[in-house]
Amino acid sequence: MTATYQESLEGLSRLRGITGVMVVSADDGLVVAESIMEGIPGEAVAALAASLMRRMGTALSAAGFALPSFMHLQAAVGALLVVPAGPDTLLIAIGDQHVNLGLARIEMLQAVEQMA
Amino acid sequence: MRALEPWVEEPLMTFLSESEARLTLLMTSAGQVVAQHGFTRAVDIMSAAALGAAILSSTEEMARVLGVRPFRALTHQGESHGVFLSAFETPRGRWLGLVVYGHDTSLGVVKLFFDRMVDELMVNVPTEGNKTKVLAENFENELHSSLRALFGR
Repeated sequence: MTATYQESLEGLSRLRGITGVMVVSADDGLVVAESIMEGIPGEAVAALAASLMRRMGTALSAAGFALPSFMHLQAAVGALLVVPAGPDTLLIAIGDQHVNLGLARIEMLQAVEQMA
Repeated sequence: MRALEPWVEEPLMTFLSESEARLTLLMTSAGQVVAQHGFTRAVDIMSAAALGAAILSSTEEMARVLGVRPFRALTHQGESHGVFLSAFETPRGRWLGLVVYGHDTSLGVVKLFFDRMVDELMVNVPTEGNKTKVLAENFENELHSSLRALFGR
């Protein structure tokens, strides 16, 4: 299973501007598989992004909407992208200022299908 | 939150607010409590400290039998609560942290901010201090005075 994840992650990590991709346990925020550039605190990003996604899910449920299908956080010099990858895992991508967000989103959704 | 030593307070407060842990206990490997949050009865602290120290001792022995390095942390994931237990070295000896958390946070977040708290404790730890050794004959008095301080009584 981890090999399947790793294959999908390697593909995503080759996209321009992507500095790290991870499969993370949605409940725990722990890293399941990763392909990440040196110097990026993957465990911290995984824990905090999973926590954020869970809270966003709670807020959306309270508002009567479905669970989030894609989360995009844009910062001054980069972006954080999160897609649910099944009921228990999340696919997280970290991009710098050069990332092509549209392409990254399509590739992430395709990767999630492959993982399923 | 109550701590026996003031330099522990700030890192522990930060950990509690960031991790949203429900119960936290910091203790020495001998089971002497250094700080606590969330416990309302002294007997609960005494039980948790003794059990936490015993569990970590058991895992250390298991690691020894397996011929691997001692496990740094262990977790127990329950249906409504999780328990995170971790040991760390300080200039004042080996300390243990026991954290109980609920659904409003996650193991990853608890682990992340616990590690940060340990880093902050290492920065804050006084270099010179009254490192009094707890002798067997003084243990009970030490325990009761610690519990009095931790509950403000």
